[in-house]
Amino acid sequence: MADVQPGTEAKAQAPLVKVRDLKMYFPIHSGLFRTHTGNIKAVDGISFDIMPGETLGLVGESGCGKSTVGRAILRLYDLTGGTVEINGFEIAHVDRDSLRSKRPMMQMIFQDPQASLNPRMTVASIIGEPLDEHMKLTANERLARIYELMDWVGLNREFAKRYPHEFSGGQRQRIGIARALALNPKFIVCDEPIAALDVSIQAQVVNLLEELQNRLNLTYLFISHDLSMVRHIADRVAVMYLGRIVEIASREKLFAEPLHPYTQALLSAVPEPDPESERNRRPIVLQGDVPSPANPPKGCNFSTRCPKVMDVCRQIEPGVYDFGEGRQVACHLYSESMTTTAEPTAGERTN
Amino acid sequence: MPDTAMPILDVKGLETVFRTRGGDVHAVNSVDFHLRPGELLGVVGESGSGKSVTMMSLLRLLPSPPAEMRNGTVMFDGQDLLKISPEELRQVRGSRIGFIFQDPMTSLNPVYTVGFQLAEPLRAHLGMSKAEARARSVELLRLVGIPDPEQRLKDYPHQFSGGMRQRVMIAIALACDPKVLIADEPTTALDVTIQAQIIELVKDLRQKLGMAIIWITHDLGVIAGIADRVMVMYAGQVVEEGPVNEIFRDPQHPYTQALLKTVPAVRGPRAEKLQVIEGQPPIMHEAPDACSFRNRCKFAFDRCAEENPALAPVHMPGHRAACFLLDKASTKEPEAVHG
Ligand SMILES: Nc1ncnc2c1ncn2[C@@H]1O[C@H](COP(=O)(O)OP(=O)(O)OP(=O)(O)O)[C@@H](O)[C@H]1O
Ligand SMILES: Nc1ncnc2c1ncn2[C@@H]1O[C@H](COP(=O)(O)OP(=O)(O)OP(=O)(O)O)[C@@H](O)[C@H]1O
Ligand code: SF4
Ligand SMILES: [Mg+2]
Ligand SMILES: [Mg+2]
Repeated sequence: MADVQPGTEAKAQAPLVKVRDLKMYFPIHSGLFRTHTGNIKAVDGISFDIMPGETLGLVGESGCGKSTVGRAILRLYDLTGGTVEINGFEIAHVDRDSLRSKRPMMQMIFQDPQASLNPRMTVASIIGEPLDEHMKLTANERLARIYELMDWVGLNREFAKRYPHEFSGGQRQRIGIARALALNPKFIVCDEPIAALDVSIQAQVVNLLEELQNRLNLTYLFISHDLSMVRHIADRVAVMYLGRIVEIASREKLFAEPLHPYTQALLSAVPEPDPESERNRRPIVLQGDVPSPANPPKGCNFSTRCPKVMDVCRQIEPGVYDFGEGRQVACHLYSESMTTTAEPTAGERTN
Repeated sequence: MPDTAMPILDVKGLETVFRTRGGDVHAVNSVDFHLRPGELLGVVGESGSGKSVTMMSLLRLLPSPPAEMRNGTVMFDGQDLLKISPEELRQVRGSRIGFIFQDPMTSLNPVYTVGFQLAEPLRAHLGMSKAEARARSVELLRLVGIPDPEQRLKDYPHQFSGGMRQRVMIAIALACDPKVLIADEPTTALDVTIQAQIIELVKDLRQKLGMAIIWITHDLGVIAGIADRVMVMYAGQVVEEGPVNEIFRDPQHPYTQALLKTVPAVRGPRAEKLQVIEGQPPIMHEAPDACSFRNRCKFAFDRCAEENPALAPVHMPGHRAACFLLDKASTKEPEAVHG
């Protein structure tokens, strides 16, 4: 377990991923003439860093904007606002051509291995496709690379000529991972990579992602609603609620002592496979439903459900308070003890 | 509740086969279990292990073909549900046994208002008048925590959020005050904060109404929090069954032991590496004639490939497991290896 040791001066490292004030709005069109009547504020001004080799977990309720963050920072959308820097390149506002040359370094692994693989392509052609698009390889080099990738993810080379439907869910996810690794990426967005898999298979895939990270020095944004898995794999964790990050902290700090009322409720709601501790657990049960991102509440986004809500929360949006060591919380409860911050600090390195 | 109480539901030798073009699938293989009045039985097991098909089979909800029910008795209130007439069965389903099914096709109907869908079983099964059914519907929605119930009766399912729809489903399942409620993955599609609301609701309803519940889930945490007893399924069979504390503290079947280790914790110490169960569950083209878990089992030995172990009592009363290791004197796995 890596606590920061006083005295051992950690060398200042530049973040691999640097996101500032990211905004992604989807327009709402309605009426006869499909006029633009409003916006779904799926992501509404978020900032964070991810250090090289680090895994940042991104958690939060369904619809809070996690996938939109992942897709936006890979520029699968044209951003509404903000900047995104990956490996020193600003990619939020560059044109298609320069974006294309940056594609290899950033990849994505999707939730549903079934839907993300072309059913009419063999495993070899699925894994080889990005190689054909971005590299000039001879047939032999290409095949050698495909075999290497299959070895990395633990797929038998004999399966190269098979089609996706001939595989189990866990094996299909391995195919998706091999494809994502084809171009030697530095940064991978894993969007719910294990959600569609069975419990006994989830652990296989998570262990594989960890092994590959160590071997290839990969940096991950790991999106998941499974908090116990995030606690396992992430070095730092960002908690989202309705388009905003409400708390970001190292894994140890966040799980040991959540500070934002939403993080507290979220963690307290997770049941533990232990009947005795379950008997005594009193979850903070939130009332009501998540508001629509088309019409977020005034003030703090969480104010309609927050058990600790104060008058100010319904009027004024809370600032982001810095607790040091990369921990930040957006909540009025801390307005007296803390000062606001402008820059997200990179987290302490935990391994 | 006393362990000796007569079961309200007693299932023996249930066997269901799907006859498909790709070959037979032996989805449920000689399943035995029981449910006592007022108790909550948790059912776990991986995808495809036969949890849903078992419950659909005992209510005779599977279309035939492709399903073929080859064997079994399902005693409920002194009647064998597999023998009674379709008319008698309809009376049982939806009035004395309520269910919430995983399959969205069998859940709420998008073209009818929630009020209509609540009133329908009340009028059909209990012969209530329109006004009575309406009053009871309001009461049910209030019971499951839906604000403004009079107004919401007029709404269609899509006007409710996911968590509220699940509450409505629970209200419909409870409409006729069933003795048994079968809930198949009722919270799997919901966020944890909404899941917590539903679980608190069900705990509360159990206290108020005292029905017996079968709750299917793949989430061991949920089971730990609500079940009195747990039944673990693998490849269409019950491989272990027992009181919740024992299943979690002292699992006897190697599959249960392995399953409990694959789940990382949110509280307490954090493991550096996740334990895995290597391999895949079997494709069940034939009825099992050996232990179905043997290809993934760390302890498999010759006998496991020769015969299929039966569910047999292990040291504590009410705890049963199907594994040949238990015939040997020392059954326990050596201390778990960490790291
Ligand atoms: N292409 C789109 N057009 C319009 N609205 C969208 C689009 N994509 C997402 N949204 C909306 O933006 C919000 C955030 O969606 P997003 O998919 O990012 O959530 P999420 O946190 O990934 O949820 P989940 O856990 O369910 O995957 C939602 O309200 C969603 O309906
Ligand atoms: N209509 C069908 N035709 C053929 N096979 C079927 C059919 N329905 C279910 N099966 C098979 O029966 C087996 C048991 O399925 P069942 O739905 O009971 O699993 P489960 O334990 O409920 O899994 P899950 O956790 O995914 O819901 C599976 O192998 C499944 O593929
Ligand atoms: S700012 Fe107020 S409403 Fe928002 S989380 Fe903090 S206490 Fe709750
Ligand atoms: Mg998503
Ligand atoms: Mg099922």
